[in-house]
Amino acid sequence: MSIFFYIFAAITVLAALNMVLQRTPVYSALSLIVVLCSLAGVYLQLGAEFMAVIQVIVYAGAIMVLFVFVIMLLNAGHETPSHRSHIAKWLGAPLIGAFLAMMLMVIRDQFPATTGAAPAHLDGSPLAIGHLLFGNYVLPFEVTSVLILVAVLGAVVLAKKEF
Amino acid sequence: MSVTLESIPGKEDQVILSMGPQHPSTHGVLRLVLELEGETVIRSIYDIGYLHTGFEKSFESKTYSQGITLTDRMDYLAPLSNNLGFCLATEKLLDLEIPPRAQWIRVLLTELTRIQSHLVWLGTHAIDIGAMSVFLYCFREREEILRIFEAVSGQRMMTSYFRVGGLALEPPLGWLKGVQRFVKSFPARIDEYEALLTRNPIWLGRTEQVGYISAEDAIALGLSGPSLRGSGVDFDIRKKQPYSSYEKFDFKVAVRPEGDVYARYRVRVEEMRQSLRIVNQAMEGLPDGPVKANAPHIVLPDRESMKTSIEGLIYHFKIVTEGFHPPVGEVYQAIESPRGELGFYMVSDGSPKPFRCHVRAPSFANLQALPKMIEGRLIADVVACIGTIDIVLGEVDR
Amino acid sequence: MVTFSDMTVLVIIAGVKVALVLLVLLTGVAYTTWLERKVVAHIQSRWGPYLVGPHGLLQPLADGIKFILKEDIMPLEADKIIYWLAPFLGFVLAFLSIAVIPFGEGFTLYGHPILFQITDLNVGLLFIFAVTSLGVYSIALAGWSSNSKYPLFGGLRSSAQMISYELSLGLAVIGTLMMSGTLSLRGIVNAQAGFWHIAGFNTWMPHWYIFVQPIGFFVYFTAAIAETNRVPFDLPEGETELVGGFHTEYSSMKFAMFFMSEYTNMITVSCLATILFFGGWHGPVFGPTIVRIFLPVFWFCLKVFCFMFFYIWMRGTLPRFRYDQLMSLGWKFLLPVALANILVTSFLIAWHG
Repeated sequence: MSIFFYIFAAITVLAALNMVLQRTPVYSALSLIVVLCSLAGVYLQLGAEFMAVIQVIVYAGAIMVLFVFVIMLLNAGHETPSHRSHIAKWLGAPLIGAFLAMMLMVIRDQFPATTGAAPAHLDGSPLAIGHLLFGNYVLPFEVTSVLILVAVLGAVVLAKKEF
Repeated sequence: MSVTLESIPGKEDQVILSMGPQHPSTHGVLRLVLELEGETVIRSIYDIGYLHTGFEKSFESKTYSQGITLTDRMDYLAPLSNNLGFCLATEKLLDLEIPPRAQWIRVLLTELTRIQSHLVWLGTHAIDIGAMSVFLYCFREREEILRIFEAVSGQRMMTSYFRVGGLALEPPLGWLKGVQRFVKSFPARIDEYEALLTRNPIWLGRTEQVGYISAEDAIALGLSGPSLRGSGVDFDIRKKQPYSSYEKFDFKVAVRPEGDVYARYRVRVEEMRQSLRIVNQAMEGLPDGPVKANAPHIVLPDRESMKTSIEGLIYHFKIVTEGFHPPVGEVYQAIESPRGELGFYMVSDGSPKPFRCHVRAPSFANLQALPKMIEGRLIADVVACIGTIDIVLGEVDR
Repeated sequence: MVTFSDMTVLVIIAGVKVALVLLVLLTGVAYTTWLERKVVAHIQSRWGPYLVGPHGLLQPLADGIKFILKEDIMPLEADKIIYWLAPFLGFVLAFLSIAVIPFGEGFTLYGHPILFQITDLNVGLLFIFAVTSLGVYSIALAGWSSNSKYPLFGGLRSSAQMISYELSLGLAVIGTLMMSGTLSLRGIVNAQAGFWHIAGFNTWMPHWYIFVQPIGFFVYFTAAIAETNRVPFDLPEGETELVGGFHTEYSSMKFAMFFMSEYTNMITVSCLATILFFGGWHGPVFGPTIVRIFLPVFWFCLKVFCFMFFYIWMRGTLPRFRYDQLMSLGWKFLLPVALANILVTSFLIAWHG
C-alpha cells in the first residue's frame, strides 16, 4: 500500500505546485485535474472506492470541464505577473508558513498515533456513506443543498440581467 | 481581392469565420464570411467568383451553334434546360417554327432534367442536414435518368442535344422504354424519400421556421422557381409565359405559403411528381414527324443529303464554317429551369455570332436571399439555408 | 514441480486476461468499422468495401497501415503538448473503462477461479462513469489546442453536449441500481438471473430490467448515443457544418486514435446497456461443460452486437439535430423523464418493500 501512496502523493504535490507556478491558465487547469485524480488514487488506498470515484466524476469530470470551457472561451493565453501589491510579497510566505503549521498541529491532535494503515473501522461503501449522510448529517446535508440551490438561482438571476 | 468583414469596434469577442470556398456543404466553391457570436450568425457576406469562367463573354466569340456547348457547363446539373433556353432565345430571334415532335421531346427531356436536378438537390440538402442515405438513394435514381440522356444524346451530362431549330438527331429506337421503366418505378421512390424525411421529427425540427422569406421579400429579392413558390407566390413561367407547347400539358404548380426551408422542400418534392405527370403526357401524346425545322439556312442537313445533293453540301459547309445570320435585334427568352427563371437576353447585329448574350441566372438571384435567411440563426441553419436555395456555382459565376 | 505463490498466479491470470481483452477489443473495434461500412453500404444500396480480402474483410488492416503511413501534420500555431496529449488521453480512457465489464460467469481452473472480467470493482458502474466523464477533455482539448476555428466550435459543442447528457445518463440507470441494490456490474447481472414471477406464477419472461425499466433504458440509450457523439447527435464532428469538428486538424495515427476511441466508447456503452437492462450474459445454457462456460460469453457478445447494429442502423436513417434542439432535448425532456422514472421506481420499491 505504502509505495502506491507515495507515488500518488508525489504526483499530487508536484501537480499542485505546477498548477500554482504555471503561467498558462490551461496548463494550470489541467494540473488541477491531475491533482484531483491522484487524490482519488489516495482515497482508493484508504479503501474509499466510492469517494474516489465520486471525486473524479464530480470534480474532474464536471466542475473542471467548466473551468476548461471558460478558459477556452476566453482564449486566455500567457499571464503576466502583476507587480502592484508589495504587501502580498512580504506577507505571503509567513502567512503560508503559519497556516501550514496550524494544519499540522490540528492533524497531530486528531490522529495522535499514526499507524500507517487505513483505519479499519471506516467503511467506504455507498451504503455506509448513505446512512451517514441521511442519518447523522441529514441537517447539514439539507442545508448545503438549499445553499447550492440559492447559489444556482442567484447565478441565473445575475446572468439574466446581462441581456 | 477576397471579401472580408471588418469586426465592429468594441465587440472584439465576436468571431469572424470564413466558411468555404473549400467546405463540404457550400455546394461547390461558395465562400461565406460569417460574423459569429457563439454559434449565432450576426452578419454575413457571400463571396462568389471562384468558378468564374467568362461564359457570357465567350458567347460573343462563338457562333450560335457553338454557343450551345457553353450552356451545358453553366448549370451543370440541368444542362438540357440551359440548352433549351439558349435555343429558344435564338429561335425567337430567327422567328423559327419548331415541329411538334421536337417540342414534345424537348418538354419530356427538360422535365426529366428537372427531376434529375431536384434529385441532386434533395440528396445534397439531406446530407447537409445529416441524413446520409437519402443522398445515395437520390443518386441511384439520377443514374437512371442519366442513362436515358446517354441513350438519347450520347452524353450523360454535357448533352448539347437541343439545337437551334429542333434536336440534334432523332432519338434512337426503343429509348421510350427506358423512360417508361423510370416513370413506372419513380413514384414509389419519391414515397421512399418522403418516408425518410417528410414526417421525421428531426427533419421537421431542422427545416421548419428556418430560413424564412416572406412573399414580399421574395419578390423584392428577385427570387424565382421553387424558392419563390415556397414563399406562397404562384409564379411559374411554364404557366405564365408558356414556351415549347407547355400550355398543352396538364400539370399543377406546387406552391406553399410557409416560406421556410421545409416549404421549399415540399415544393420541390411535389414538382418532381408533377414533372413525372408531364413526362407521362409527353410520352403518350408524342406526335410523329420531323425533329428539325424546315429551315435549310439554319438547320444542318442530315448526312444523307449532305453526301448526295449539292445544296445539302453547300448548306452544311456554310453553317459549319460561317454559321447562320439572324436578323438585327434583341430578344429576351425565359424558361423555368429547375432553379427558377433562366433567361437569355440576346442581341444580334446580324453577324453569325451574338453581339451580346446575357444570362439571367436563377442561382445568382436566389443567392441574394441567403444573408436574410441566416442572419440571427445558428451555423447549423446556414448549411440548411445554402441547401434550400439550390445554387449551382457554375451558374452563379458564369 | 514448480509451485507458484498465490500472488504470482493472480498476476499471471490478470496479465493474460488484460492481454486477451485488449486483443479482442482492438479486433472488435477494427471490425466495427468494417461492419459499419458494410451495413451502411447495404442500407444505401451499395456494396461497401469488397476489394481488400473476401468481402473486404482485410479492409481494417489496410486502413490501419494507411493511417500509420500517412504524414502527420500539425498546425504551426497549435499548442504542441496538449495537441499531442488529447488523442492519447481519449484512447487510454476509452480502453480503461472496459476493465470492469463482465463478459461472462467464469470458471475454475486448477482451483483458481477465473472470472470473465478484468476486475470486479464494487463501484464498477461509477468507475465507468468517471472514466467517460474524463473523456470530454480529450475532445475539448483537441478542439482548443488545434488553434483553429472549426475545431474550437467542435470542442465547445462537445463539452456542452457531454456534460448535459452525462447527467441524464447517470440518472437513467438509478432505477436499475435501486432494484439490484449494488454498484458492481457483476452484481447487477447476477440480480437479473432467472425469470419474472408475478404473484408466484412463473411468466417465463427473463428477469431482465428492460421489462420494468423501459423508460430508464430509453433515456439511457438516447443519452449514450449523445455521449458517444453518434448520429443523430454527432454535432461535435458535424461533417457538413464544422468540416470535421474537433479532429479537423488531426491526421495520421492521431486521427485514428480519435476514431478508435469513438468506436471503443460505442462498444462500452453497448456493453453497459446489455449489463444494466438486458441481463448481461444470461441466456439459455446447455450442452457439455466447455459450451456451458462459453455460451454466456456468446450471449453477451450477441446482445452487444445487436446494439452496435442499432447504432449503425440509426446512422443510415436519421438526420442530425441542431445544437439548440439537442440541448433542449437533453435538459427539457430526458432529464425530467429520468427524474420521474427515479421517483416512480423508488415509490414502487418503498411500497412493495
